[in-house]
Amino acid sequence: MRGRSFYPFRYLLAIGGPGLVWVGLFVVASLYALFAIALGSLDPILFQPQPAWNPLDWSFANFEQVISGLSPSGGQFWGVFTRTLLYIVLAAAGCVAIGYPVAYYVAIHAGRSKALLLVLLVTPLLVSYMLRMLAWVGLLAPDGYVNEVLGWLNVVSEPSGWLDGRPSTVVIALIYGWVPYFILPLYASLERLDRRYLEAASDLGATRVRTFIHVTLPLSVPGILAGLVLIALPMFGDYYTNQLVSGAATTSMAGNLINTYVEGSQQRAVGAALAATLLIFLAAVLSFYLRATARAARQVLR
Amino acid sequence: MSALRRRRPRALTAFVWLYIAWSLLPALIAIGFSFNGGRSRSVWQGFSTQWWLDGATSLLHSDVYLNALEQSFKLAAINVAIAVPLGVGLAIVLSRWFGRGSGTLGLLATLPLVVPELVLAIAVFLLLTELLTFVHLGTMAQAVGQITFCLPFVVVIMRGRLASIPTDLEEAAMDLGASPLQALRLVLIPLLQPAIVASVVITFAVSIDDFVITQYLASDDSSQTVPMLIYNTARGSATPALNATAAVLVVVTGLIVGLGALAYFLLRRRRGMGAAAVHG
Repeated sequence: MRGRSFYPFRYLLAIGGPGLVWVGLFVVASLYALFAIALGSLDPILFQPQPAWNPLDWSFANFEQVISGLSPSGGQFWGVFTRTLLYIVLAAAGCVAIGYPVAYYVAIHAGRSKALLLVLLVTPLLVSYMLRMLAWVGLLAPDGYVNEVLGWLNVVSEPSGWLDGRPSTVVIALIYGWVPYFILPLYASLERLDRRYLEAASDLGATRVRTFIHVTLPLSVPGILAGLVLIALPMFGDYYTNQLVSGAATTSMAGNLINTYVEGSQQRAVGAALAATLLIFLAAVLSFYLRATARAARQVLR
Repeated sequence: MSALRRRRPRALTAFVWLYIAWSLLPALIAIGFSFNGGRSRSVWQGFSTQWWLDGATSLLHSDVYLNALEQSFKLAAINVAIAVPLGVGLAIVLSRWFGRGSGTLGLLATLPLVVPELVLAIAVFLLLTELLTFVHLGTMAQAVGQITFCLPFVVVIMRGRLASIPTDLEEAAMDLGASPLQALRLVLIPLLQPAIVASVVITFAVSIDDFVITQYLASDDSSQTVPMLIYNTARGSATPALNATAAVLVVVTGLIVGLGALAYFLLRRRRGMGAAAVHG
């Protein structure tokens, strides 16, 4: 171990100090503010949430409301919670079904067209997310191109209201919005895959399908998981996709629920408690994932 | 390798090109509708430039649309100007300070990457409305939120590059008589240039695209950005001028990112060769 640093401490403080202050002031303090509101009480006269900055003043009333709301037997948040999980699992499965073949082809088989394909895969990320959703609002309108094409093909007899609160529209919109983000980390992991394994499998007589099932797919599991984490985290807070293509209470997800509670100032503390609960839930899932990948990495090294 | 390349999987090739068409065509169609002859955003009624230039409700004559574009680009500029220097400094300290607490600091600096944006937006919103009330909602709060959101991206990009630069170079410079400041300015910063350009591009693109934080920390119509405008009016009676506004945002962003990518590759080639020469 070398010394702490060859740069004098005061230099490092001058270079990194502003960034450190920023992180302390706006990352650490704002997360503390979230919990101070969630653990605070309601002002009985003004009906405004009262933050509890001092840990001695913490009250768990809002969290109790959230926990009892999450009870499977008639809790007010249970329906939204299970719907959120269902939509995200379906959307994640759709992202794998569409994104895996694309990432696999570009990483392994693209040949000379690889650079062009990579640029085209990144382009959707540079097109504003809202514009991509705006595009679908136009295409899925009652007189839009989707209904027109389906009418030609005689799939539907009259224009269908795709935007009138359909779960299928919400799930497809989530897939459409997030699949570009899933493809890139998966591509990066498939690209790093040691080609000698594939050659060895092929030399030993495995067909392309067998090579894929027994070699490529198992080796790309970490990439799939990384991509899933990358898209699942924002999907838990995504209220805008849902709002744009549905807007109905029957399809609302965790993000919509939290957004509604925080926007109404009276129930803001419950909204903060819901957001904090989501944060704790995702942190638990994420730490489980990180521990599992660390264990898998150790086993490979052994 | 040759065994793998025997035959191209044709069905897979077709699937990939279909995916690319699916991922890009809707946005192109939406931009096309900005030239629609009528006020529909879903039925083509002939070509016109009325939503761009001529009509009273065209982009060029609408304060709402022009203001949204201005707000989007203003926030992106502020964000790049503050988040990139802060993030570069933070990343240098995180990768050149090996003492106690460096691990915890690295974790905190990249924490917002794993917090859902909605939760971060609510947290910053509550901090600014309950405690730091001198930061008013509107442009100032939006800038604070976006910088907080973008800082970890800069830190991650810069640390990736810093990890590939051996500290020997700076130590050698100091052994040869350079002061720590000179070692930073003449050795480290030039080697970091491509990563700094990449940080600028990513920060700009994230800021332009950002919706949740920007909406939570907005005050009134004057702080409405283009993504907010789309969210607020897409399901309503907005005219194709909305599509024109989104088109301007996307084209300008594309140009800036394209220029940034060009600068990145040029710099990396020049600096990359320089570093190779140093290593012999």
